[in-house]
Amino acid sequence: MVTAQSQPQSRETEQYNVIGTRPIRHDGVDKVTGAAQYGADITLPGMLAGRVLRSPHAHARIVSIDTSKAEALAGVHAVVTNADFPRAADEEIDTGEGSANLRWVLDNVIASDKVLYKGHAVAAVAASDHHIAEDALDLIEVEYEVLAPVLDVRDAMVDGSPLLHDSLHTRELDGSNSDNASNTASHLQFTKGDTEAGFAEADVVIEREFETSMAHQGYIEPHNGTAYWRADGTLDIWTSTQGAFVVRDSVAPLLQLSPSQVKVTPMEIGGGFGGKIPVYLEPLAALLSQKSGRPVKLTMNREEVLLATGPTSGTYMRVRMGAKSDGTITAADVHLAFEAGAYPGSPVGAGAMCSLAPYDIPNQKIDGYDVVVNKPKTAAYRAPGAPQAEFATESVLNELAEQLGHDPLDMRLKNASVEGDTTAAGMPFGVIGNVECMTAAQESPHWQSELEGPNRGRGVAQGFWFNIGFESSAYAQVNGDGTVPLVLGSTDIGGTRASIAMQLAETLGISSDDVHPHVVDTNSVGYTQVTGGSRTTFAGGWAAYECAMDIRRQMEERAAQIWECDASDVTYGDDAVVRGPADEDGNDRQFSFKELAGQLATSGGHIVGRADVNKTSSGPAFATHIVDVEVDPDTGKVDILRYTAVQDAGTAIHPAYVEGQMQGGVAQGVGMALNEEYFYDDSGDLKNASLLDYRMPTALDLPMIEPIIVEVPNPGHPYGVRGVGEVPIIPPAPAVRAAIANAIGVHMTELPMSPRAILNATVLDDE
Amino acid sequence: MQAVKYARAESVEEAVRLLQEGGEGARPLAGGTDVIVQARERTRDIDLFVDIKHIPELIGIDYSDDSGLTIGAARPCYQIYGDATVQEKYPILVDSTSLIGGTAIQGRASLGGNLCNSSPAADGIPSLIVLEGQVEIAGPNGRRTVPVEDFCTSPGRNVLGSGEFVVSMSFPAPAAGSGARFLRFIPRNEMDIAVTNAATQLRLNGDGSVAWARVSIGAVAPTPLLVSDAAEALVGRPLSEDSIAAAAAASRDAANPIDDMRGSIRQRVHLAGVLTERTIRQAAERAA
Repeated sequence: MVTAQSQPQSRETEQYNVIGTRPIRHDGVDKVTGAAQYGADITLPGMLAGRVLRSPHAHARIVSIDTSKAEALAGVHAVVTNADFPRAADEEIDTGEGSANLRWVLDNVIASDKVLYKGHAVAAVAASDHHIAEDALDLIEVEYEVLAPVLDVRDAMVDGSPLLHDSLHTRELDGSNSDNASNTASHLQFTKGDTEAGFAEADVVIEREFETSMAHQGYIEPHNGTAYWRADGTLDIWTSTQGAFVVRDSVAPLLQLSPSQVKVTPMEIGGGFGGKIPVYLEPLAALLSQKSGRPVKLTMNREEVLLATGPTSGTYMRVRMGAKSDGTITAADVHLAFEAGAYPGSPVGAGAMCSLAPYDIPNQKIDGYDVVVNKPKTAAYRAPGAPQAEFATESVLNELAEQLGHDPLDMRLKNASVEGDTTAAGMPFGVIGNVECMTAAQESPHWQSELEGPNRGRGVAQGFWFNIGFESSAYAQVNGDGTVPLVLGSTDIGGTRASIAMQLAETLGISSDDVHPHVVDTNSVGYTQVTGGSRTTFAGGWAAYECAMDIRRQMEERAAQIWECDASDVTYGDDAVVRGPADEDGNDRQFSFKELAGQLATSGGHIVGRADVNKTSSGPAFATHIVDVEVDPDTGKVDILRYTAVQDAGTAIHPAYVEGQMQGGVAQGVGMALNEEYFYDDSGDLKNASLLDYRMPTALDLPMIEPIIVEVPNPGHPYGVRGVGEVPIIPPAPAVRAAIANAIGVHMTELPMSPRAILNATVLDDE
Repeated sequence: MQAVKYARAESVEEAVRLLQEGGEGARPLAGGTDVIVQARERTRDIDLFVDIKHIPELIGIDYSDDSGLTIGAARPCYQIYGDATVQEKYPILVDSTSLIGGTAIQGRASLGGNLCNSSPAADGIPSLIVLEGQVEIAGPNGRRTVPVEDFCTSPGRNVLGSGEFVVSMSFPAPAAGSGARFLRFIPRNEMDIAVTNAATQLRLNGDGSVAWARVSIGAVAPTPLLVSDAAEALVGRPLSEDSIAAAAAASRDAANPIDDMRGSIRQRVHLAGVLTERTIRQAAERAA
């Protein structure tokens, strides 16, 4: 965590004692000493090792599967295929950041009649060791009838293209389903005003087409899942997940169990970014355990992670935008076609909602298409859909500013959404930090500096993400020594144990070191939604606030009982001093938090605070990024010279972790901008399923990313928190594109803007 | 990965015997940074590793002005780029060995292993070619020597026969006025595999004309290539924009790459020219 570039605390946070400080995280010692337990660390008596057989084809009908030879191999305890699962109901289930049809969830976990992407699971084996399980995979005989694959979103939308699902019809704008089966699962649209009238008012209209590649979340810890189906019919699962309750509520219906029969323990997680929300291995491990009567651990290797989990959508996008010569944007028409992967459910809806949200454009039309292709089913990835959609819109906006001769930040400020504006998707803005981010960027040392040297350029872009709230729970008890164990259901990915504990400590008026946060299983805490949607510090912090207020009320009551006075005469101060009315002799009566904690056991028993919050509101997040690049015109390689990320955090609870989120988002956004791509051959074989050939940026590919935290407190939160995790992945790609254009005069139309792509657009363009 | 047997050889003779006894499933093991991964991913069937990195001749390094430089095949990269003689007389070997893998890999990976893995994109081989390297091979029929440019035969394949392994690579002492440079192009700044690479060694006469040159390019053909036409474009005249451009054109003509996830044909042909030009200029700087 880099904290050297931190900004001074703002006026808003100076009112707090704990919030805005940078305490050492509670889980830090376990993480740095290696004591922290991750999913792959689980070992249980009698545990078996499992492996998954995966499809070598991108699109094929399964004619037959013969597992008899594998089952006969010494050391093999169980083999499962789709046929071993109960027939899934045709119903929608909550999958954390959306919903999905249970049949498709099951078919993605293990293929039924067809395999729909290379790496699609076909069978799973549990054996006494990993080597035997691998040998057993070679003995499973699968007969395939290979079908033509569909690998590109535009090809998939053409009538007559091969169909992935005979039963899939397009859900049209009016809610009806198309007559013919289609790869287009749905069409959505947001409109505002009259776009043709808006374009007629414009002095300049620019239209551009963009293509972006699928990209993976790139968490370093591969997926894992361990299950033990107990003799009493209950099921224990240990896994690396962003949401233990979502795992419970996905696995239970797949196995026709009641959620109460399933207990999920979330282990420490080595990154998720949205990709650790779906279930992949857990249902297979469960069924293998049921068949073998033994605990079963399944783990993926890197190739399996890249072939069969994640990624985010590849897209085809078209944006037309018009502006008056004074820079006023009059109209925008946005067309978004997103690859969902093998089953419906791309993030095109979220992308459409975000695509023009930073700007108050009177006339808008945004169309989105969710399209299945023979690639892995997409999963949420950090602001799902927004990096693609806003790459397209921000890029066209930058070109408009260039053509009209306006400073790109001035033009954004002229059109910026402010409090009271409503997006085309009908989202009204309250207090937001859109303008404040743009202004802070203009005032930054980076924007004020001169950029010199050949083949160098500067770019800027804005980002918007709506953030979510939803359900979080917290329990806390007060120990006799004044320490407070805090029980949470949120997997800690970005330092949320600390940021939630700090909000409890702030509310109680105690030190965050005296709060001991713990992430526990689904039987040990109230329902808690996924760590995702930038919701955890927001909603988890709100639960911690209400939990602390519950403790404060009970402490007041206890003091009143000890003092034999009325509870309404006792107040728990923000300084953690409980004050009562003067005694008979006229002396003040008060307890410090620790003094009263020490008397709890003998004055009537201990105190437990608890809270469950379910928030439909959130605090929208905005960001402005500035980047300088240098392009090698002979090789097409782009070096990032300098990067500044400005972002409204509402209130930065733990500024180091806010900065960490901003820097991490930039790193991933630069990866999507420059080199990360799913590279398929014509047969649908993913040719770069390794971290050698799937090129995420390394530490040597990025300069120090300078964070500037803006704080426009969110009035919809006790401490003004806005989610911070997602929005910083959005501006990097359009900012880098603008910088490349500024450096060499070429406006790229695809992601990634790899050396190959840049050479194709420059020196190799005329060949 | 399958369970494998392991045997540690203390001498070249013992290694020859162990490999012969082990038959087709036996494989020499130096740093293991390629073969262990191949065994684990089951791209090679290996049931016996014969560890050759404890044999003194395999890990030695020796230089004299008469006989030049000899490097044991199993000597790890970090002990090559960390060697004062290599740094002074063969900086092109520092170029190559300091960018194979990362720091941890360089603690194990060897130049001999890089050669025997025989990848078209190997970052060691073009440098060995332009240094006029000779490969010393031991096997059941005794020892033999092969020029580096004749060693690789196709991707992953080479002239080693059954039971044979590389003992060392030898290079003549650098002549006065010579300089050499290796460069590769990768999309990132580290931890990557070459889209295209190139090496040039040249010797300048006192009048600045090129007395002798050797150019090699990689990842543009089934094996790393020695590009004689590129050298011919340089020799016998002063370095000029024209002669460098002619050498670059010769490399582009020699390149016969594939289209894959690491690079397109057009990109690799183009880069073969770019890197040839850059290595010529930088080799000349080192020669001066």
